[in-house]
Amino acid sequence: MAQASAHAQGQQHPIRLYLVVWAWLFVLSACSYFVDYFQLEGLLRYSLILLFMMLKAGLIIAVFMHMAWERLSLVYAILVPISAVLVFVAIMVLEADYTLLSRISFFSPGT
Amino acid sequence: MTEQAFTEGTTGTHIEASGLRSLAADFSSDRQAFRSISWGKAMMWIFLLSDTFVFSCFLISYMTARMSTTVAWPNASEVFALTIGGTSLPLILIAIMTFVLISSSGTMAMAVNFAYRRDRRKTAVLMLVTALLGATFVGMQAFEWTKLIHEGVRPWSNPWGAAQFGSTFFMITGFHGTHVSFGVLFLLIVARKVWRGDYDQERRGFFTSRRGNYEAVEIMGLYWHFVDLVWVFIFAFFYLW
Repeated sequence: MAQASAHAQGQQHPIRLYLVVWAWLFVLSACSYFVDYFQLEGLLRYSLILLFMMLKAGLIIAVFMHMAWERLSLVYAILVPISAVLVFVAIMVLEADYTLLSRISFFSPGT
Repeated sequence: MTEQAFTEGTTGTHIEASGLRSLAADFSSDRQAFRSISWGKAMMWIFLLSDTFVFSCFLISYMTARMSTTVAWPNASEVFALTIGGTSLPLILIAIMTFVLISSSGTMAMAVNFAYRRDRRKTAVLMLVTALLGATFVGMQAFEWTKLIHEGVRPWSNPWGAAQFGSTFFMITGFHGTHVSFGVLFLLIVARKVWRGDYDQERRGFFTSRRGNYEAVEIMGLYWHFVDLVWVFIFAFFYLW
């Protein structure tokens, strides 16, 4: 019974918080759309895309999924393994560069 | 029950650690590591972590294909442009889909909030709105697929450039769309239970025979927000990059 009442009280946050985060997600999505609309190029484009993406993902995970209020052991159990994905990305960037180099060297461009 | 008795028995001497110490204490406790977190919620998080790896593999293979091809990659901005009222708007359908999915995440977050206030009606209505927005998203995706297939996009070729564009597009958006579709189904099932008052009466579940609890709405919400989260990454890497 004690456990049931603890759950009933769990994750009580004011509705206002969700509305504010929702509004921010709209603003950030609009910002990332305008990156494309105004045809920004180069480093500015990529850094803005990544910035807006990270902010949106952070807001969704922290507030909507309540990660900010979870116990640290759960937070680490979920977030630390994701660093393996970043290692995988690094490996595949090197591999893709090598593949591209081989294709340029050994095949005529355009095939 | 025994676990609870154990906790209550030791509360007198037990000092609650915080920060990194709580992390070490939880993992070295030789019992339930995720204290105060129900099995349902922990399992949903672990499922979502495994799903993160699935989507990561798709996005990484897309990155590898795009980086290593010597053929120019089709310009997503032009491919996904729509002509509305005589003017061509780049990526407009994708932008609308993004707003629809974010709105559904907002209504889901509020449904979870009302569920913990034990407001049966508001929770069920907000979940149905979420399901409706999710179905709208899938409908728009079906429209997008139809349009691209008519324009000649196939998993092995397309009229604008690198052939891998089609295969990665269908794979990534198809898998995401499937997640949204199952999410809608999952939402309707949980919304029905909320509406019927299963979580007020602690009615036993069909599969688990365990007593229903409003936490089911939060667990459902975790899945739904995850689907929105994946779209954030697909939007950034596939459509904008």
